[in-house]
Amino acid sequence: MKRRFRYLIGGVPLVFVIGLLVALWAGLSHQPSIIPSPLIGRSAPPLTLPRLAHPGRQVTRAVFEHHVTLLNVWASWCVSCEYEHPTLLWLKRHGVRIIGLDYKDHRAPALAYLKKHGNPYVEVAYDRKGLATINWGVYGTPETFVLGPRGHIRYKYVGPIPLSVARRTILPLVQRLRLDETRS
Amino acid sequence: MIAEIGLYALILAFLMAAGQTFFGLAGAGTRRLRWMAVTRPAAFGQLFFMALSYGCLTDLFVTSNYSVRYVAKYSNALMPFFYRVAGVWGAHEGSMMLWMLVLALWTSLVAVFSRKLPVVFANRVLGVLGAIACGFFLFTLITSNPFVRLLPPALHGGTLNPILEDPLLVIHPPMLYMGYVGLSVAFAFAVAALIGGRMDAAWARWTRPWTLAAWIFLTIGIVLGSFWSYYELGWGGWWFWDPVENASFMPWLIATALIHSLAVSEKRGAFKSWTALLAIAGFSLSLLGTFLVRSGVLISIHAFAMDPKRGMFILVLLGVMSALALAVYIWRAPLLWEDGGGFRFLSRETMILLNNILLVAGAGAVFIGTIYPLFIEVFGLGRLSVGPPYFDHVFIPIMFPLFFLIGIGPYLSWKSGSLRSLFRRLWIPALLWLLASLLLLLLALDSHWPLMTWLGVFFGSWVLLTAFIEPVRRLWLRFRGEPVRLPSGVLGMSLAHFGVGVIILGITVSTTLGVWRDMPLKPGQSYRMAGFRYRFDALRPARGRNWTGVRATFSIFHQGRLFAVVHPEKRHFFPDGGTTTNAAIVGGGLHDLFVSLGNPLGKGKWSLRFRYEPMVIFVWLGGLLMALGGLLALADRRYRIALEVRPFLPIEGADERVDAPEEESL
Repeated sequence: MKRRFRYLIGGVPLVFVIGLLVALWAGLSHQPSIIPSPLIGRSAPPLTLPRLAHPGRQVTRAVFEHHVTLLNVWASWCVSCEYEHPTLLWLKRHGVRIIGLDYKDHRAPALAYLKKHGNPYVEVAYDRKGLATINWGVYGTPETFVLGPRGHIRYKYVGPIPLSVARRTILPLVQRLRLDETRS
Repeated sequence: MIAEIGLYALILAFLMAAGQTFFGLAGAGTRRLRWMAVTRPAAFGQLFFMALSYGCLTDLFVTSNYSVRYVAKYSNALMPFFYRVAGVWGAHEGSMMLWMLVLALWTSLVAVFSRKLPVVFANRVLGVLGAIACGFFLFTLITSNPFVRLLPPALHGGTLNPILEDPLLVIHPPMLYMGYVGLSVAFAFAVAALIGGRMDAAWARWTRPWTLAAWIFLTIGIVLGSFWSYYELGWGGWWFWDPVENASFMPWLIATALIHSLAVSEKRGAFKSWTALLAIAGFSLSLLGTFLVRSGVLISIHAFAMDPKRGMFILVLLGVMSALALAVYIWRAPLLWEDGGGFRFLSRETMILLNNILLVAGAGAVFIGTIYPLFIEVFGLGRLSVGPPYFDHVFIPIMFPLFFLIGIGPYLSWKSGSLRSLFRRLWIPALLWLLASLLLLLLALDSHWPLMTWLGVFFGSWVLLTAFIEPVRRLWLRFRGEPVRLPSGVLGMSLAHFGVGVIILGITVSTTLGVWRDMPLKPGQSYRMAGFRYRFDALRPARGRNWTGVRATFSIFHQGRLFAVVHPEKRHFFPDGGTTTNAAIVGGGLHDLFVSLGNPLGKGKWSLRFRYEPMVIFVWLGGLLMALGGLLALADRRYRIALEVRPFLPIEGADERVDAPEEESL
């Protein structure tokens, strides 16, 4: 009896640690990413940047018109973007139109990055100085916006998009927005 | 080629660690001397190959070999040589390499200095250390291989975060790692002793110097980090209670408790199961710290350079190690309940028990503050951050009773102390303390100090005055011709306790009496604060090897006379454009003056921050005194005697008892 009590007491730390591990695991899989953006519901802020592959030409707000578009902010120096990359390619394969915004990066490594990992973007705006911070409220990479066909921001995701979110939230949202477009 | 050699050596080091684990644990379990004979050479082999692999990575950094991804990302030919060497541990992969190099180093040290320990026990210790190393090797090889090639090679390197380009920061991580990883030795000793089912005075005696050594490194590491953040981050302040700092502070608190409870386990044979638990908790917390820092669970979304896969791996590693250790603990701890003798309330055991309770409670408070935001978020209760006010209100009150006890604990005898002998030893310092306090009250009553200042000064001076009673008493007895020795252990303890007093004074005075103001000024204007006048003389462009920026000139006047001329700077680093604020700090004695450049506000105006920090240097001085005290204690002869015991070699049956040599009075 006494011995059993001792085992019980000895088990307390283990129970505590297991509880902690479960919580940490939950914390790790939990996405702390749904930060309401004041931009949601508004039309896209101004965007005038050179193209990554063709420095002479520009990407403007016009790219968002008539299409449902994802704007994905990324950089070649961003480890989480690499983690997110397969999700973007998956979205591309499912017919989602993605515009990239290469954030505070250099041209050569950015192009090399796309060559190496595959290019999910239809166009990439090259934001050397991080101007998007001011207009778009970007404060890290990756960040992703979903824009409706009239260039309104519908959704924002902060951090690498897990495949589950792409499947459960983003793709259905894109499809719904497209439907709305054809109906109107 | 070098990269491939490095990777190959890393894999070989892993195999060595695996061999060390197997032959250490299985050899000890089956009492096969031949198997056990392999463990030590495997440990040395692990160090050799780990050092080779680390050397390869360093070579890649120094030669700026951009065909390796990690190098291309974090090294730049523009960086000075020194920082290219140190840049190896500037980011995740390399710092894991440093971590494992340090672990291999500790393991080899244990292998060298455990020759006099019972063979079975030494093998178990090395086996446990090997298992820890295996976990980290797997982690590095699978999720963070630093030798991955980059094809095609990058044309130019990336950069280290410019903030990290600082000589102090170069030695800060190695120190901290020596501390973190050093705790694995205490962990391994505890687990090995638990497996063997025998925790005796000898075990505690063997563990003490290792724990002390790890604690010294941890102390120095934390002091350096705090000093660095004070002069480099640019906005003053030397402790922010941020998760990264807490991650090093929690193991430190536990290690401090462990050092004290080990003393009881050694001298009195009591608290053994508690001591084992602390040893397990100390290293588990340093793993937890690694997890918190590397996985990004706690840090805000700004820390995007985190990879969730790595976080998961470290979590599994942490889980497996601490759960296994605690399972062994459940299995064996009930055997340890038969304790060495009881003790009265008024005894040193009680004091150390209280010390442990308070330190663990302090660590618990820090733990809750660090982890609470995560819980809130996981359970969908919103987002929040726990700021310094929480820690100030919860942690600091826990420390006050501890400060009072520091002055008393060392002067009670083991088992049963008496108030009379305590009074006999303490009345002179107590009287001095009362007189000094009264004098201070009279002198400073009209100075409108906040309550905290008074409390801090009273407790701090109490600790300072009582710290050296024992050495002074012994010297006095010796002076009178009595044969009393003054072991360096006693001196070390006194010095470390004195350091605590110095820290208390530094912290309270600098935080409660410090002043800071943000002021927009343009060149030519002046500002007056806390008795000093700051004149903004000029602002000029400046440049260094890999940065451009601005450099301001301030003349500081005190009582009408020129006190100092300082040059705060703002630097923009070119390859990737990070910015650092290099504050100008003068003083270094009783008070620091601090000027830092904020941002241009237009029309020639700049936002500026002025700080007046009285006695802030005491914070780090106290920390260094503690570390020095630890070093002195480490030099104590007793540990060397303990190492020279030639124990009976147990080959069959249960572990034999090893008789400790004659114990000294402390």
